[in-house]
Amino acid sequence: MKENKSEKPNRREFLLSCSKAIPLTGALFFPLSAARLLLAQESGDYDPTVHNYGMGIDIHKCIGCGRCAAACKTENNVPLEPHYFRTWVERYVLPSEGEALVDSPNGGIDGFPEMNEDIDTLRSFFVPKLCNHCTNAPCVQVCPVGATFITRDGVVLVDEKYCVGCRYCIQACPYGARFLHPEKKVADKCTFCYHRLAKGLLPACVEVCPTQARVFGEVGQQSSPLRRFLRFNDVIVLKSSLNTLPKVYYAGADGEVR
Amino acid sequence: MDNRMVSVAAEEPLIMGNQTFHAVTDTISKIIEGKTPKLWYLAISISGSVALMFFGLIGYLVWQGIGIWGLQIPVAWGWAIVNFVFWVGIGHAGTLISAILFLLRQRWRTSINRFAEAMTIFAVICAGVFPAIHVGRMWVLHWVFPLPNQMSLWPNFRSPLLWDFFAVGTYFTCSFLFWYLGLVPDLATLRDRATNKIKKIIFGILSIGWRGGNRQWKHYELAYLLLAGISTPLVLSVHSVVSTDFSVSILPGWHTTIFPPYFVAGAIFSGFAMVMTLAIITRKIFGLENFITVNHLEKMNKIMLVTGMMVGYAYSCEFFIAWYSGNIYEQFAFINRAFGPYAWAYWIMVTCNVAVPQIFWFKKLRRSVPVMFVATIFINIGMWFERFVIVVTSLSADFLPSSWGYFSPTKYDIGLLIGSFGLFFTLFLLFLRFLPMIAMSEVKGVLPQADPHHHGHDIANRRRDS
Repeated sequence: MKENKSEKPNRREFLLSCSKAIPLTGALFFPLSAARLLLAQESGDYDPTVHNYGMGIDIHKCIGCGRCAAACKTENNVPLEPHYFRTWVERYVLPSEGEALVDSPNGGIDGFPEMNEDIDTLRSFFVPKLCNHCTNAPCVQVCPVGATFITRDGVVLVDEKYCVGCRYCIQACPYGARFLHPEKKVADKCTFCYHRLAKGLLPACVEVCPTQARVFGEVGQQSSPLRRFLRFNDVIVLKSSLNTLPKVYYAGADGEVR
Repeated sequence: MDNRMVSVAAEEPLIMGNQTFHAVTDTISKIIEGKTPKLWYLAISISGSVALMFFGLIGYLVWQGIGIWGLQIPVAWGWAIVNFVFWVGIGHAGTLISAILFLLRQRWRTSINRFAEAMTIFAVICAGVFPAIHVGRMWVLHWVFPLPNQMSLWPNFRSPLLWDFFAVGTYFTCSFLFWYLGLVPDLATLRDRATNKIKKIIFGILSIGWRGGNRQWKHYELAYLLLAGISTPLVLSVHSVVSTDFSVSILPGWHTTIFPPYFVAGAIFSGFAMVMTLAIITRKIFGLENFITVNHLEKMNKIMLVTGMMVGYAYSCEFFIAWYSGNIYEQFAFINRAFGPYAWAYWIMVTCNVAVPQIFWFKKLRRSVPVMFVATIFINIGMWFERFVIVVTSLSADFLPSSWGYFSPTKYDIGLLIGSFGLFFTLFLLFLRFLPMIAMSEVKGVLPQADPHHHGHDIANRRRDS
């Protein structure tokens, strides 16, 4: 019996030894990841010039749960009232005849109401929206003081200390991505969670998406998940005719999407 | 003024009532020198209170923030911008009358140019208030100014809002200098007529040593011509630049190349309407019918008829281009304008700006003072609505159908619009009371006596004979 046991551990012993290994692996990995985070934060070795960020959105995968919009509000301290969104989810309902119906009650955070049964729906889908971080951004041109700018890693940001609140950028944005922050009285919009990017983390909306409908990464790097997304999907950008060169790519988007 | 190329004999006299040089000086100076009429006190107490309300509301706005207005996404520009464009538009007539009509040798301008210029300056002051107060953080507005600083931070020269700052600033400065230069000989007249010491000192300082010598007149006329030359392109550039605020944005309904000429025509149209409204009231109250004659008013009505039709052409051309471009968003924007939730505003605009001026085809109506007075009021209303239609309807149904909304003004929006009229009329009433509202020296220049000929063939004699 004893010899037998040493040659081949029974199931109980195997599981026991495995459970011992769990805290050990945890103990090993936690400092590693923490160190990586701290290193990135403190050594200041983040080099914006090597990055060019973009986002991919797979419309087929979006279930309209609105968790992205909610997470964004929490992460970025966005005012809770409707009207103020850095990202939001729109529902498109295509009836068999007539114009597409679009709604976004509270940005999709509280879900969507039942659809009117009288409408003969052909199909419906959800479209998450956010700032498209355009390469040729109309908002950047119109800002009188230059408070809106494009970072070297391709993110469009607003300098809160410099913005005078004239709201010209809000009008100029063809994606409706901007609003005037009611307390700060300055223009506000999606930053791709820039504070997280610099630490090597993903934007909050990407992090919480339960279906991975949002893919974040580098536009130019082969190893990036975004690159893979662009390779394997037919993607479009919104309002390409305006020549804004957006960096949010939609897979499976209908021509009705605006 | 050396703009006397047209033979005076060929046209009807510009100034009625066989005026002498002395009578001109006397009639116009007496308005300032005489006892202040009771009506003036009544008028300024009303307009002054409204102006005070305006400043009070601005104070509250600074304290509370622009949330007190009816603005909400997607309509992030509202009445403040509408009022700004409206007042800048009003401010076009003065410099057009004084500079462009001067260069075109339209001698009839002399009776109306002074107060049209004054009106321009006051309208631009009213206009200037709105961009300043419409920003979220007024206390950092100086960042729009191109002030050099140690951080090498400059404003963004690609932004039309900055072009606006330069355009309106330059226009105001040049218009003001032009107005003041024209005032100098008249201020000297008032100095010489002054009955008390304070008046003498004040007018003495303001008339900067004017003696009326030959050399002074020579320099004066050259300076006047140069300023007219500088101001002429400004008349066209200001509203062109203001229109780029809209046309540079890629919003459907704003992003069209017709905007600059369309805005300039509209501005001249509205400016003339406002000059007319004021001229009709003042000539009646101060008995200046001999100076601002029905002929003057008729000429202005003709300009309004032309510019009104230009504006009407622009309205229809916008629709044509929206259809012809094949751009469904443009098409929607215009159909929504005429038949959407703001159709009422659109049709007010069309009725007031296109239909009403058509009455001026008829000579009888063109020369009827009550008719034109009512018409100019309608045109003023219509031109305000034009800006409302452009700004609000385009924004309320913008790019995102999910966020479309309907703009409703709050009492603060309305208060600021009314308040700006208070400021405008207060400034204008002060002008009427303290400065000569008709350019005496220029009016004398168009009197027949100012153009004497030898051998008994001078025009004054000829007219007397006939």
